[in-house]
Amino acid sequence: MKSYWWKFLGAAIVAYTVIAGLLGEVPALPILHESIRNVYFHVPMWFAMLLMYLISVVYSIKYLGSGKPEDDFIAVESVNVGLIFCLFGLLSGMLWANITWGDPWPNDPKLNSSAIASLMYLAYVVLRNALDEEQKRGKISAIYNVFAFPIMIVLLFILPRLTDSLHPGNGGNPGFSGYDMTGSMKWVFRPAALGWMLIGCWIMTLRYRIRKLEYHTDEQSN
Amino acid sequence: MSCFNFLVTFAQSDNGVEMATGLRSSGKIYVVVIVLLIIFIGFIIYLFTIDRRIGKLEKKDKNIQ
Repeated sequence: MKSYWWKFLGAAIVAYTVIAGLLGEVPALPILHESIRNVYFHVPMWFAMLLMYLISVVYSIKYLGSGKPEDDFIAVESVNVGLIFCLFGLLSGMLWANITWGDPWPNDPKLNSSAIASLMYLAYVVLRNALDEEQKRGKISAIYNVFAFPIMIVLLFILPRLTDSLHPGNGGNPGFSGYDMTGSMKWVFRPAALGWMLIGCWIMTLRYRIRKLEYHTDEQSN
Repeated sequence: MSCFNFLVTFAQSDNGVEMATGLRSSGKIYVVVIVLLIIFIGFIIYLFTIDRRIGKLEKKDKNIQ
């Protein structure tokens, strides 16, 4: 029997953030208005994506040491789930940007960097599909992943801070934590990030278990 | 001094930013919250059933090997 408690904990936390996120107090800010509540739903997508990519790189390093196919499976399924969260982050961000910045894709360094980072991880999936031999595919994609992760961190968290960005907390802009995010907002935002991370892990383990089953049935038929 | 403070707080509480307070007080935002919860909880239950099905397959897989 697998333990389910953390899966339901994640679900309960996100359910709480839906209630508290829509009904709770938010500061009345110009331009943003009620759309400030998107912080509870748009930003956690990126947090969940980051955790998925982090798990992926950890298991890629583990795979390089152990050579166990299971480690490789966790690495690839983490990227697969991370890409879904990335897609949701981009789509929700584009909608929000269109309303508050007047353009779905303003030439913002954070947006352009996130696009490059997304393409980098899509390339990881393409690279895997291009290689047929199991061990070669595992090793090459693990090494690629080890390089991709620090580049993604630089693209998303370092480069946008060196220039001006529309995103809060980057460049000349003040962070939400500065004065936009009030105390009560933190108690919705932080659980939201944690809740989506747990749900991301849940979906990743489901995909990993399916992949392992597929691997076993392939072995038996050979 | 206290009079000045009052003016500052007054200015902060009504800075002309339009918020959906009317919608909230009329109670209809609750409908949206409940709709979102139904969809979300539905998806979670669905995810749970998928989890259980994989669990059953894993059991079978173990018995074969």
